[in-house]
Amino acid sequence: MNLTLNIWRQANATAAGAMHRYELAGVSEDMSFLEMLDVLNEQLNANGEEPVAFDSDCREGICGMCGLMINGQAHGPEVTTTCQLHMRSFKDGDEITVEPWRADPFPVVKDLVVDRSAFDRMIQNGGFISANTGSAPDAHAAPVEKKLADLAFDVATCIGCGACVAACPNGSASLFLGAKITHLGSLPQGQPERDTRVVSMVGQHDAEGFGGCTNIGECAAACPKEIPLDVISRLNKDLRTAMAKGY
Amino acid sequence: MGTPDPSGTIPTNQPSVQKSDDAAGFYTLGAPLIDEKAPTGPINTRWQRRKFENRLVNPANRRKLDIIIVGTGLAGGAAAATLGEAGYNVKSFCYQDSPRRAHSIAAQGGINAAKNYKEDGDSVERLFYDTVKGGDYRSRESNVYRLAEVSANIIDQCVAQGVPFAREYGGLLDNRSFGGVQVSRTFYARGQTGQQLLIGAYQAMERQVAAGTVTQYTRHEMLEVIVADGRARGIVTRDMVTGAVETHLADVVVIASGGYGNVFFLSTNAMGSNVTAAWRAHRKGAYMANPCYTQIHPTCIPVTGDHQSKLTLMSESLRNDGRIWVPKNAEDCAKDPRDIPEEDRDYYLERIYPSFGNLVPRDIASRQAKNMCDEGRGVGPAVKEIQPDGTEQMVRRGVYLDFADAIARMGQKAVETKYGNLFDMYARITGENPYETPMRIYPAVHYVMGGLWVDYHLQTNITGLFCSGEANFSDHGANRLGASALMQGLADGYFVLPNTIREYLADGPFEKIDESHPAVVEAKAEVEERIAKFLSIQGERSADSFHKQLGQIMWEYCGMERTEEGLKTAIGLIRDLKKEFWTNLKVLGTADSLNQSLEKAGRTIDFIELGELMCIDALNRRESCGGHFRGESQTEDGEALRHDDEFAYVAAWEFGGEDANPILHKEDLIYTAIEMKQRSYK
Amino acid sequence: MTPVATLVTGSKSTRSTIALKMLMAVSGLIFIGFLLAHMYGNLKVFAGHDAFNTYAEHLRTIGEPMLPHAGLLWIIRVGLIAALVVHVASAIALTRRAHSARSTKYVVKKNKGSSLSSRTMRWGGLALFLFIIWHLLNFTIGKINPTGGATHDPYNLLVDTFDPSVWYISVIYLLALVALGFHLHHGVWSACQTLGFTNAASSRARAKDAGLVVAIVIAGGFALIPLSVLFGIVTK
Repeated sequence: MNLTLNIWRQANATAAGAMHRYELAGVSEDMSFLEMLDVLNEQLNANGEEPVAFDSDCREGICGMCGLMINGQAHGPEVTTTCQLHMRSFKDGDEITVEPWRADPFPVVKDLVVDRSAFDRMIQNGGFISANTGSAPDAHAAPVEKKLADLAFDVATCIGCGACVAACPNGSASLFLGAKITHLGSLPQGQPERDTRVVSMVGQHDAEGFGGCTNIGECAAACPKEIPLDVISRLNKDLRTAMAKGY
Repeated sequence: MGTPDPSGTIPTNQPSVQKSDDAAGFYTLGAPLIDEKAPTGPINTRWQRRKFENRLVNPANRRKLDIIIVGTGLAGGAAAATLGEAGYNVKSFCYQDSPRRAHSIAAQGGINAAKNYKEDGDSVERLFYDTVKGGDYRSRESNVYRLAEVSANIIDQCVAQGVPFAREYGGLLDNRSFGGVQVSRTFYARGQTGQQLLIGAYQAMERQVAAGTVTQYTRHEMLEVIVADGRARGIVTRDMVTGAVETHLADVVVIASGGYGNVFFLSTNAMGSNVTAAWRAHRKGAYMANPCYTQIHPTCIPVTGDHQSKLTLMSESLRNDGRIWVPKNAEDCAKDPRDIPEEDRDYYLERIYPSFGNLVPRDIASRQAKNMCDEGRGVGPAVKEIQPDGTEQMVRRGVYLDFADAIARMGQKAVETKYGNLFDMYARITGENPYETPMRIYPAVHYVMGGLWVDYHLQTNITGLFCSGEANFSDHGANRLGASALMQGLADGYFVLPNTIREYLADGPFEKIDESHPAVVEAKAEVEERIAKFLSIQGERSADSFHKQLGQIMWEYCGMERTEEGLKTAIGLIRDLKKEFWTNLKVLGTADSLNQSLEKAGRTIDFIELGELMCIDALNRRESCGGHFRGESQTEDGEALRHDDEFAYVAAWEFGGEDANPILHKEDLIYTAIEMKQRSYK
Repeated sequence: MTPVATLVTGSKSTRSTIALKMLMAVSGLIFIGFLLAHMYGNLKVFAGHDAFNTYAEHLRTIGEPMLPHAGLLWIIRVGLIAALVVHVASAIALTRRAHSARSTKYVVKKNKGSSLSSRTMRWGGLALFLFIIWHLLNFTIGKINPTGGATHDPYNLLVDTFDPSVWYISVIYLLALVALGFHLHHGVWSACQTLGFTNAASSRARAKDAGLVVAIVIAGGFALIPLSVLFGIVTK
């Protein structure tokens, strides 16, 4: 198939960017979206134009490194990551607009590459269970109710791609935050730090400049791992509990 | 030779003596290599004693000691967290935008541990025995025993961190049997065990970042190791955003940069996985051990065209219920598989290996799939294969993995419960519904057992340069068992390295060196020159196109089956490719900005050089063992044939210089706790 | 990127955006309580002129003699004004945050998970704010009779306001009720979520249903009044 691509090009963090138009012929429907961009880049390189920079690593939907706004949807029209989106979701003659995640806490580094280190800092500020190596009791010392263990797993599947922020009209990272709060907060091991964790992670979230949540649900709809909105309610509940305890 | 000896002093085998010399002319024989840190005595006391013997570092001194760790996967991330907790001053580097992206995240199946929670006869000894046997007796027994020993601690540690392993209704951890092993010792978190373990290590490491003991440098690529006065004292990195070439100095350097499966271009590795950190260390003097041992995974989704950028693995558990077949007649290959009658199907694994059937080990399943396709009985779309001589041919590379019988037997619902997520993944990638038509699979490169040579302390032959995880060669021998990669990465990171590195650091802090030290200046200049060189060639071809061509050569000649003739052809082709690279590379853009073409160029040339060494290693090893199958060394039935009398050694290769032959150092593998046996799956 | 350690310390739960949202949720719930009571009173029009006016007068005498005349009414008014200030102030603060969180807009942006009501909260809220001003001028502060008639009789003022001769006033009210319905539809669910009551798919669905019911009951209940006057069911 033949496609017209409108792609955001921006030389670096401080340069002004603009949309550029490219024609690409001979795209196979078996290609992933990123392989289609690989082909474009080969073509650009051959023509003496610098290839489009975009992030990707595992290309099997688990590392969370890739993430593009495709025709106004985070990771494109399917519920999956950009790397697992295949060209069979498009048709011959389509015009596709490709933009980077847009959020001020995710500044553009170049073209379609953004800096998501704000997520790392949110994890640094409490997104863990303090358990020094070697200090752990036997793994069977504390049984965990299966329902809770399953819940913890379901929300721990978050890949930190940032699609929730990209899709949210408020630029909020509440889904990412809620997923971590729920993961750690539903396990017995996570209880001792539960109150301080939620307060410090929320504090970091706000300090990074993410917006507030208005519960409209665009994040959950864009999440390639289908993390539900429940986690934001749990986040709010944990904060409320912490507030009642004076944290 | 004798039976295993509890005192650990009487060997069960003699040192091997190599008679063949296929690689004559391609290498120089160096002095034999001895692991001076190898422990002795009863095998089950070796690690305990070593931990005691290794000196301690005074807590007050630890913050004065700087540790550089390259890579943030299970091996690197866990080590950074643990050493940070201990109070050392850790600098952690990764090329991704966050440590959480490291490719350990993609491991699906699980992690082995000798917990014996199922009371099914598992033990440290059995895990040790299975691992040495699985590695075809090409690993060190002391290392493997240690791995089995600390495996149980890993599970405890991960559970304490909040890793959500699968649990039973009673709230206790669930286990499954994995990869044909007869005990259930694999802990798992649905099909995303690697992700959960990595996030656990990542969170532990981020906690140390907040505590100030770990500094993390993301989007930084290590491009050189700094060796000053005989010790590794730092690295040179490129900040991939600003292009700044920086030097980082420390008392010790750890390379935990993962495997080099991407030398084949197409593999299940991440796009960015590369050999550069290890290869730069190799060029600085670190030995590269057993580079030819490559694990090829039989159940991957086949290639669809020459645009393909990577291959996706589907869990091997599919072989428990799926039946593998190809049409008996080549003319049926283009037909809809559902129209091929039962009598025209060849369930070749069940036919050739009646007792193991579809559950034969990975390498056998892989090689037989290749054989079927080479015979012209492959299925799926025919893809263009450019022969190294330049001619093109169209080959169908795929075999059917059919669940029709399983669906009839268990019902679609049960199949869905068991394999639903894998079927969904397959459907998403191929656009086909596996409940209706058989899946197509083909082998793909998955893991490399080779890597930087290390001693029992995980130290390379360069003093102060350590190497852990898949990047080193140490624990899996010629083949790795399923669910053992995660075990090794975390064992190295959480428990082994922190206990061995202290023995080295007890002599520190070492005399401070600064940016003006000649070794630092020289290393930095080398990096800058190289980058400038890539940009100055201004030829016609992208780095990716060289990488793809290298991959084709490697896959054809150094893939599932290797022969003397093929390997010699490959070496010639790789040398030509290397020449062309340095004259016809085209990298646009600048050095002082994010430039992904430039990054690829550096990685590609390192892969090209590694590819040549892999072929030489494969050429020298005229035996079939684990992930290395030499066409010349097989039984009459086409089974792998080991030659313990000739090759029971670790091949540690020293860099011989630019365009000079590499130097082979052999480290004999001597067993006391186990006896070597030839495997049979008939 | 080169590390820039900017971890915040000493965060307080009460200083967070979530706390702001909780203020918004609680003040919104206060309004819902008020609206239900207000609607109950208004529906007295169906009981006739005297019943309605007696009720209106009773609102002023309730609590006497412990409270002064109209005392409770003023307490409620002060409470409502406070809730309004909190609601609007947190809305403004959160809206400003949202704008600064994405200063560069997308060229193309599609919605796939949100309801129309959720996306119209800000403009709808503004419309309701303007409507409330008019509504207070109409019935409470200014006592404006659009037909030019008398304003001292609450029942007659109401019937005059929705008189077919000034049909556009009814249209304004009905549009405002549509806006209110939308605002409540998302607002009720959003408040439940913000207060942490919707921790599972089932409770989430219930909260969304509750939003729909509250929106229909309140907007529909109020709408009966102008519609009844317009269609001559309620007359002087």
